[in-house]
This record gives sequence, structure tokens and C-alpha cells, in this order.
Amino acid sequence: MSEIKGIYTLWLREVKRYLRDRVRIISSFFQPLLWLVIFGSGIRFSGNIGELSTQQYIFPGIIGQTLLFTSMFMGISVIWDKEFGFMKEIMVAPISRASIFLGKMLGDSTDAVVQGIIVFILGFLLGIKLDVIIFIEVLPIMLLTTFGLVSIGLTIASFMESLESFGVIQSFINLPLFFLSGALFPVRGESVPVWLTTVSNFNPLTYAVDALRTIILGGNWQPLYPLYYNLAILCAFDIIMITIGTFAFSRRK
Amino acid sequence: MDKAIETYALTKKFNGLTAVDKLDISIENGEVFGLLGPNGAGKTTTISMLCTILKPTSGTAKVNGFDIVSQATQVRKSIGIVFQDPSIDDRLTGRENLYMHANLYGVPQGEQKTRIDRVLKLVELEDRADDILRTYSSGMRRRLEIARGLTHYPKILFLDEPTIGLDPQTREHIWEYIEELRKAHDITTVLTTHYMEEAERLSDRVAIIDYGKIVALDSPTKLKETLEGDVITVKTQDAEKLQSTVAAKIKVLKSHVIDKTAEFTVRDGKTLMARIVEIAAQNNIYIDSISLREPNLQDVFLHYTGRAIRADEGGELHGMAAIRRRAIR
Repeated sequence: MSEIKGIYTLWLREVKRYLRDRVRIISSFFQPLLWLVIFGSGIRFSGNIGELSTQQYIFPGIIGQTLLFTSMFMGISVIWDKEFGFMKEIMVAPISRASIFLGKMLGDSTDAVVQGIIVFILGFLLGIKLDVIIFIEVLPIMLLTTFGLVSIGLTIASFMESLESFGVIQSFINLPLFFLSGALFPVRGESVPVWLTTVSNFNPLTYAVDALRTIILGGNWQPLYPLYYNLAILCAFDIIMITIGTFAFSRRK
Repeated sequence: MDKAIETYALTKKFNGLTAVDKLDISIENGEVFGLLGPNGAGKTTTISMLCTILKPTSGTAKVNGFDIVSQATQVRKSIGIVFQDPSIDDRLTGRENLYMHANLYGVPQGEQKTRIDRVLKLVELEDRADDILRTYSSGMRRRLEIARGLTHYPKILFLDEPTIGLDPQTREHIWEYIEELRKAHDITTVLTTHYMEEAERLSDRVAIIDYGKIVALDSPTKLKETLEGDVITVKTQDAEKLQSTVAAKIKVLKSHVIDKTAEFTVRDGKTLMARIVEIAAQNNIYIDSISLREPNLQDVFLHYTGRAIRADEGGELHGMAAIRRRAIR
């Protein structure tokens, strides 16, 4: 019971901090907007992908990208807490390290999903066909995607001492995951090099983006994998990353 | 009755460097116990082990009867800690920080409001409780941390350098809270400090720690008694010359030179002060200033370690200068 209360407390803290940070919320509009409007319009001249316009095609990808970038970025909260000492307050609290990790992970995931929802709403403005049912179906996929990704961010951050080094590592991971996920261009097909397809098989974001496309684009999209398969892979990914993260947080000098 | 804290050959090594060396101390229930020593002496490491942040390399300790290695959670529930460095969330309000703490420590929901109001009152922060921490001064933050450390009614409160980097008024204030705590609440306090005045004023017993070892342990008064006589401090450019000349002419119990200051421990300081001035004049030593005082813990430290207490590696502590240096960092 007290563990659950502890998890809730830490979750609440992350969410409160996030919601108070207006600059972060407002600025979170812009990057996806740039990708969708500028990149999406610019690339259009090189042709559509099947029945889909480029904007439609990359829209689920940009949701995936937002989830990826924000989730990884959340690791910064760990370094922040170390830097400003708050980590010590949590570490001496009478709750287990697993709960500390879970509370933080769930809080950061909530924040990341809120960012994802903001991009989803942008889709309405860009004239992509969306409705409430799609929104409700997309939510659990977003959550499953962020759990694992946030765990990666938190795990890495738990080994880092400075914001700078975390930034470097983060971009090392973000861009390859993003480019090799099919978010911007297909990673399956006759014209796609074999190595690209192979590498994308090992990228959790590939399955997340595929699942998002299956739901958002409906019949216009030919899924790479059945939805249940994507979800199973994401669940496995979450379980592995949460386990690793819990261990990373349990280290005691 | 059981002891509040008992350590058994508590040792911590960092990469072969011994920070705490086979420490054996026992702290009574209800006492204020001071750990006095320079930076790097092992005070914070000791406290960190007692608070279960660090694992001992060898040895162990019992805190409130719980083992710090095998019963960490119980230890944590029964203690409150105010860290040397700030450890509050500056994006939340004071009250939110306290509620978060109460939840983490399992304070029953129904009791939280009463307790939080009470600790806020104790540190006089009721009217600022709903402001975001960022708007607090460092003294207010420290007060809030003390309040936080008390929210779950710990049996032992650890204060790691509670007044470091604070201005004299705020220090005085915080000292009053600590004294107040002691009178009004049945609480054991362990505090570390490198300020002599702080240890002397607040503690029932003081352990002087240096290089991870206890060099002396007793009440401040008893410790001072080990030094008989008065201390005459002379500031002069020729401190060393003065030291040797004076030592040759009058009976000095102890003497030493730090920077441009010579200190003599003598019996009957009032008479001998005049003699020292006379000797200096005869030997053409110009005295900048001279003063007489009773021995304090600084002298005790010097007596046991042979060194002046240092604020940072290499430098000596000179009261306010040291505070300022900390504040800048």
C-alpha cells in the first residue's frame, strides 16, 4: 500500500512539474509542426506513397517521433534531480527503488503522452481524418511506446552525471531510432535496401509507428505486421526496459 | 533503554581511500550529538551510512535498533534528514513539498494537514507555504527542509551542516529551532558541523573527527577542561620570533603559530598578557593586536589533531571568510 502511494506521489510530482512548465508545453507544438508542414509539404514533390499523401504518411510517424524525443528527453529529470539534490530526498525515503523507478517512469510517460496528444490534435488542424474512436485506440499504443522509451532515458540518465553528456548520448540514440523506424519513409518494400529493413526489425519504434498507422490511416495503410503482433513486441520491449531500469536505480554505492 | 545509535567498527572506503575508519560511537536517546571536523574528515560519509544512502565497506550500525544494512527501510522510516546541500523541489510550493514527503513516509492521510501546519509554524513559514520554492531565500529553504525532516515525526533527526552558507541572523534562527526541538520534542539530534561555535552551543556531546577517526569525544565543557589555562592570541608580523622569545622567558603551557598569529596557552593570562607585550617591546616585535580568552573547541581541535581546523584542504578556517567562501561556491 505505501509503495503504491509512493509511486502515485512521484507520478504526481512529475506531472505537476510538467504542467507548470508552460514554455515546454508551448514549444512542444513547434517541432512536430515543422516536420509536418515544411518537411511534409517539401517532400510531396517527390511523390506520394501509395494512396497516401506524404503528410498523411508521416503524421503517425511524427507522433512516434514526438513520443521518442520527449521520452528520451525525460531522462533529463533524473540528472536535474541529482544536480539539485532532490534525488537524495527520494533515495532516503522508505520506499523501494523499484517504486521510485516506476513512479518516475509513469510520471514521465504521462508527460510524453500529453505531448503525443498535442501532436494528435495538430492532425485535426492539418486536415487528417481523425475521430474520437481513433483517439481512444491510439492512447494505449502511445502509452506502451513511452513506457519502454522513458525507461531507456531514465536508465541512461542514472549513469550520467552531467546534462551535457546526457545530451550527446541522447542524440546518438534518438536519430537512428527515428530514421530507422519508417516514420518518414518506408523501411519495407522492393526499393528499400535489405540492411535498412533488417536494422528496422530491431527498432521498437518500427512497431509503434506501424501500429499507429494501422489505426490512424485505417484501410489506406497496408500494415507491416498485424496489430496484436506490434502490441506484443511493444509489451516485451516495455518489460525488458522496465526491468533494466529498476536494476539501474537499485544500485547502491 | 536502548541507545538511539550504535556503530560497530563502521568503515567506508572509496577506491582504497579510507573515509571512515572503524568508527565506534554510541548515541543516547534524546541527546544532541555533534560531529565536529574539517571538510573531508568523514562526517557526511558517516551520516550517509547511518541514513542508509551509502553501504558500509565493513562494520555496521544500529539506528533506533534497526540494522542499517539489513533493515534499511525501517531505519529510513524512523529518521529525518536535513542534507548539507538543498534537496527540495523548487518547482513545487513549500506545502506541496511537505505533502509529498508525508506521502513518501506513509504519514496517515488524516494527520497530514495538522502535522504540516505544525511544522510550518515551527519554522515560521506559514505565510509563504503556498509560494513556489524558487521565490524562497536560501535561509527559508533550509528552514523548510528542517520542517520537512520533522513531518513524519522521526525519532532521530540528522542535520548535516545545518547552517552552512547562511548569514549570521539566519544561523542564529536555525540554532533556536534546534534548541526548541530539543526542549519540546523528544528527539535525538545528530549534527555535523565544522563551526566550533555551532557544536559548542548545540551539542550535549561532541565527537571530534579527523581522517575518519574519532580523536576526542565528550561534552563541550569537559573537552574544554582538558585545556587548562587561558589563551592569549597575538597578531604580529614576527609571530615565530615572538613565540620563541616568549617561550624562553615565561612559563607557557602550549604555543603555536598560524599565519601571522601566535597563540599561547598560559595560567593566569591577565598578568602574563602584560609580560608578553613587554617582551615584544624589548625585542622590537611590533604587535598588531592582542587578546585574551578562555579555550574554545577550536583549541580542543588543535590540541587533539595538532592542526587548526581547515575550511577547505590547505586553508584554515577564519569564521566569516569560510562562510563566504562556501556561499560563493
